[in-house]
Amino acid sequence: MNLDRLLDHLGEWLRGTGPESDVVVSTRIRLARNLAGLPFTNRASPHQKAEVESRLREAIESLDLNHPLRYVGMTEISTVDRQFLVERQLVSRELATVLEGPRGVAFDERESVSIMINEEDQLRMQSMRSGFDLDAAWNTIDQIDDLVESKVEYAFSDEFGYLTACPTNVGTGMRASVMLHLPALGLTKQIEKAFKALQKINLVVRGLYGEGSRALGDFYQISNQITLGKSEAAALNDIRAVISEVIRYERLARSTLMREARQSFQDKVARALGTLQSSIMMTSEETMELLSAVRLGVHLKMLGDLSLTSLNELFIQTQPAHLQKLMGVPLDGEERNAARARHLKHKLRSIGAE
Amino acid sequence: MKCQQCAKTSTMQITEIHGDNDFEEFHLCDDCAQKYLYAVAPKKKKIPEIVDPLTEKHCDQCGTKFIDFRNSGRLGCPHDYDVFLTELIPLLENIHGGLRHTGKTPRSRPTQKLRQQEMARLREDLQTAIHAEAYEDAARLRDRLRELEGD
Repeated sequence: MNLDRLLDHLGEWLRGTGPESDVVVSTRIRLARNLAGLPFTNRASPHQKAEVESRLREAIESLDLNHPLRYVGMTEISTVDRQFLVERQLVSRELATVLEGPRGVAFDERESVSIMINEEDQLRMQSMRSGFDLDAAWNTIDQIDDLVESKVEYAFSDEFGYLTACPTNVGTGMRASVMLHLPALGLTKQIEKAFKALQKINLVVRGLYGEGSRALGDFYQISNQITLGKSEAAALNDIRAVISEVIRYERLARSTLMREARQSFQDKVARALGTLQSSIMMTSEETMELLSAVRLGVHLKMLGDLSLTSLNELFIQTQPAHLQKLMGVPLDGEERNAARARHLKHKLRSIGAE
Repeated sequence: MKCQQCAKTSTMQITEIHGDNDFEEFHLCDDCAQKYLYAVAPKKKKIPEIVDPLTEKHCDQCGTKFIDFRNSGRLGCPHDYDVFLTELIPLLENIHGGLRHTGKTPRSRPTQKLRQQEMARLREDLQTAIHAEAYEDAARLRDRLRELEGD
């Protein structure tokens, strides 16, 4: 499958719309499932993995959906393309670079549903929504789960629910993650305090690209930890309550910032934009940090011409694999930094950012 | 009293017991006592290979041992939840606080369960039929089982 056509689009999670999108980037819910009577991926022989892949692929591709899912095998695409899918959050880093053998992902053209096959669990199905929309994300994935389940038999026990390779996921197999952009809480140094409170109520905070990744550009993912002994609805309610609080804190911090440090904050935004527009070399980390400041500037209506959509485009297009696909050639680190700086300069000029 | 080994004052009395009514007494200064104790300190007993029943326990379906799970954090197959039930319970309680699934259930679960129960019953009947050399019954039971397996 040629993935180049995705380049011109923003996936669902980067659409920049949806409820509370001034603070919440996206909502994502994933379900972990395995087939009855077969070993989990880590114990499966290449032959068994191939069998799981073909059975699940067939089931998924024949689902009756408004937006059908197309399957891409990881072994059929290049390293850059795998990384490209990681950057678009359609596959996990694990599936792209660590795991071996028959494995892949099916997703729809809007990139709002992705189903990984032969990840840590045989099925990792997720639904994405821009903004804060747990209900819509849940309804979609719940329905897809029912449809898949009508075609295959899941490993399920009455006592422990959906059986997963790692006991941390057993039960509902559900992980709901909400990605937040919290620059004002970061600037006012209240972020640590906010997150300590979250850990006490069994929610996990991670960076942009999931487990083990650093919180770059003030992006954080908050997700539930408990999957056994708590229903999906209860877990979603817990996370809903907490996120609403965090949103409130962030907005409060933003208005404080505007009230008490308006000029120095305006200066920070202007410098960030200036650096993005005039650099010769630019790392992806620096890009994210600067775009974070500019993004807050957009939310606080300091930068009239710039839209969230354009910012999201810059955000995704400046990531390593995207950049290489845009340029059409493989680039090493130094070359990427130069190409990234050129791309930013060019794009910001064409969207008329002052 | 003086140390039996050097000129310093003895500060320790060490009684070495070799067996019933067979013992030696030493009067030593601090330094010599230390040397003596280190020199005669029984070599660390070789710890016998502890065959921990836990680490040996394994799943008859996927071959995963409990130690594999401890090392990797991943179970090998759905059946492991039965095999390592006692070991997993404290772990699950620790991670989740709860032990019983209260969420979604596959829609086909009721029929699935009935099917599994019927298959278990058919397998028993099949064994009985074979023992009783009732081959016609056995063939019928076998066909029914195959049908259910194919579902």
